[in-house]
Amino acid sequence: MALKSSPVLYGLLARISRRSFSTSKALASKPVTVRDALNQAIDEEMERDDRVFVLGEEVAQYDGAYKVTRGLWKKYGDKRVIDTPITEIGFAGIAVGAAFAGLRPICEFMTFNFSMQAIDHIINSAAKTFYMSAGTVPVPIVFRGPNGAAAGVAAQHSQCFGAWYSHCPGLKVLMPYSSEDAKGLLKAAIREQDPVVFLEDEIMYGIPFPMSDEAQSPDFVLPIGKAKIERPGNHITVVCAGKATDTALQAANELAGKGIECEVINLRSLRPLDFNTIAQSIAKTHHLITVEQGWPQSGEHCY
Amino acid sequence: MSKLIPSAAKLFSGTSVITKAAAPAAVTSNAKYSTKSESTFEIKPFKLHKLDKGPAQSATLTAEDALKMYEKLAALRRIETASGNLYKEKIIRGFCHLYSGQEAVAVGMRAAMRDVDTVITAYRCHGWTHLMGVSLVGVLAELTGRRTGCSRGKGGSMHLYGKNFYGGNGIVGAQVPLGAGLAFAHKYRGDGGVSFALYGDGAANQGQLFEAYNMAKLWDLPCVFVCENNGYGMGTSVDRSSASSDYYTRGDYIPGIWVDGMDVIATREATRFAIDYCSSGKGPLVMEMETYRYSGHSMSDPGTSYRTRDEVQEVRQTRDPITSFKEKIVSAELVSPDQLKEIDTKVRKEVDEATKQAKSEPEVGVEELTGDIYYNNLEPYIRGIHPDAPLQHVNVVPRN
Repeated sequence: MALKSSPVLYGLLARISRRSFSTSKALASKPVTVRDALNQAIDEEMERDDRVFVLGEEVAQYDGAYKVTRGLWKKYGDKRVIDTPITEIGFAGIAVGAAFAGLRPICEFMTFNFSMQAIDHIINSAAKTFYMSAGTVPVPIVFRGPNGAAAGVAAQHSQCFGAWYSHCPGLKVLMPYSSEDAKGLLKAAIREQDPVVFLEDEIMYGIPFPMSDEAQSPDFVLPIGKAKIERPGNHITVVCAGKATDTALQAANELAGKGIECEVINLRSLRPLDFNTIAQSIAKTHHLITVEQGWPQSGEHCY
Repeated sequence: MSKLIPSAAKLFSGTSVITKAAAPAAVTSNAKYSTKSESTFEIKPFKLHKLDKGPAQSATLTAEDALKMYEKLAALRRIETASGNLYKEKIIRGFCHLYSGQEAVAVGMRAAMRDVDTVITAYRCHGWTHLMGVSLVGVLAELTGRRTGCSRGKGGSMHLYGKNFYGGNGIVGAQVPLGAGLAFAHKYRGDGGVSFALYGDGAANQGQLFEAYNMAKLWDLPCVFVCENNGYGMGTSVDRSSASSDYYTRGDYIPGIWVDGMDVIATREATRFAIDYCSSGKGPLVMEMETYRYSGHSMSDPGTSYRTRDEVQEVRQTRDPITSFKEKIVSAELVSPDQLKEIDTKVRKEVDEATKQAKSEPEVGVEELTGDIYYNNLEPYIRGIHPDAPLQHVNVVPRN
C-alpha cells in the first residue's frame, strides 16, 4: 500500500485557491486539511467518551496508513488505539461484537476496498441486528476509511462503495467533502446509536479548507441527513457527494463563465438522503445532473 | 462419594460410549424423596491441549443442583419436541434447527456461568435463549412469529436475544469474531466477565474463526471458543470436512480441552475451569464438546441420507444426555424417580401451555415491517415498492 501523491494534489490546491466558499466567515479562518479535521474529530470524541476506541491496520504505532490517526496512540495508548493484524473480517467482527456490548468502536479500513472482505459483518452483523432483535441490541459503530478512486492504483483500489452501502437498510452512510464536513459528520457518526459507514477520499486528505471558529470548536457537530448547498444557482441542479463535489464545483466555475449558474448540492449523507433539498432545487432549476465516483449502473441515477 | 460409580477401568477406557451406572439395589422406584444431599461423580477424562492441568475429574452435585439441571435438560428437550410439532403443523415457518441430543452442552455451561458472562451462538439457539432467561413463551412465540416472541416475531428461529445473550446468528461462523468482540468489551471494561462463542464442527473450518483465535490470543481476550461437535455440518461428517477433527487442538497456540458433551456434569466442570482460566487474564481457551444431533440439520432434512438410523438409535440408547444423567442421579440416590417424574409432568405442562399461547398470540401489525430499522431514525420515510406510497419508520421499543 503506497501513499499516493502529488500531481493531483497540486492541481487541487491550485483550484482551491480560486474557489469561492459558501461559508463567508470561513474565508477569514484558519485552513485545516481534511486529514487533520478527521483527526480532530476522533480525538475530541475520544476525550468526550471513554467508550470510543479506534482499531484497524496501522492505526496506532504507524500513526495511520494515511495518518488520519496520527498522535492518537501516543495520547490514548494501547487500550484505545489498537493495531490489528491484516485480517478484515476478523477485526470488523470483533468491532461489531464490542458495539453489541455497548462500546463505540471506530473501525478503520485502510481503504474501503478491503471492506469487502468484511462486508458480511457490516451488513449482516451491524446493519440488521437492531431490526432482527426488535430493537434490543443497538450497534453503535463507525466503519471509516478512504473510499473511491485514488490516483493510478488500478481497478481493485479504485471504486466507490456509496451505492453498495447506501442500498442497505439499517446503515447510515456519510460522505464528507470539505474539512468542515469531515469533522462535523465524523463526530456525529461517532455519537450515533446506529452503524455508520463513513466514506472518505484519499485524494482529499491533504487538501486544506478554511474552517470557521465554530467548526474548530469541540462542540461542532453536523446533522446527519442534511445536504449543503455549496453554490446557489438558478439554471441547473448538480447533486454530488465527497470528491465529486470538487468536480461539480469546477464545472460550475467553468459554466458560470458561459452564463450558466449551477446550484451545487453536496449531499454529505447518502443515507438518509436529503431529498427535500434536491426537490426544492429542481423545482427552481428544472434540470438535474448527478455526479458520482461510482460505476454508472445502479448508481445515483436510481434516486 | 457415591459407590455407584462404574469402575475406573471402564471410565478411563477412552471409548466414546458412556458407561451407564448400574442401578443400585437400595433405590426403590416409589421413593418419594431423595436420601442424600450430595454425591460425587467421576467424569470421563478430559483431553488437554497445551494445558498442564485441566478441569477436575470428579464433581460433587447437590440434590438441588441435580434437580435444577434435570429440569433444564427436560425443558430444552420439550421445547424442541414442541418446535418440531409446530413446524409440522406449519405454524412455525422458515427455518427451524433442533437441539435435541445436545442439551447437556448448554445446560452444563449455563450452570457454571455467572451473571456477568455473555454468550453468542449459531442458529441452533432455542434452548440457549431459554437458559439465558427468556420465558418459554418468549422463545416459542418467536418461532411462531408472534408479537410476544422475544424479537417480536421479526427474528424467528435463528435470531433470538436476551440479557447477555447476543443471538442466534444465521451466518455460519460469523458469531465467533462477534463473540471475541464481546470478550474485548469485557476486557476493555474490566468487568471480569467471560464471553462464550459457540459454533459447530461445520463452522470450525471458517477462516474468520482463525482470525478471531489470532486476535483473541494476541490481546488475551477472555473468550471461550466452544466447538459443539455434533458430528455433522449439515450432511458432511467431520471426517469429510476437517483435515483434523481434534477441534480442541485447532486453536494451535490457544490451549484446548476435549469434553464429553453428553455429560452435563462434565460440561459444567469444564466451564467452571474455563471461567477460572479466562477471567484470570490467561487469554482465550478452546473447548470441544463432543455431542450428537438427533434431528436432521433442519426440518427439511430427515437426517438419514448421510448417516444410518441405527447410528442415531445407538446414541439415543447409550449416550442420551438426559437418560444418562437421570440414571446417574437416581443411582446415586440423589433424587428419586418420582421427583423426576414430577419435573417431567411440570415441564410438559409448562411447555404445552406456552405452545398454546404461542399459537394464539397475534402477529405484529404490518406497520412494524418498518419498525426499529434505526435506533435513531433520520429518514423522513422508508421507501416502499411504490414511490408514491412511502412507509413510516416506527420506534416500537422505547428509546433511552
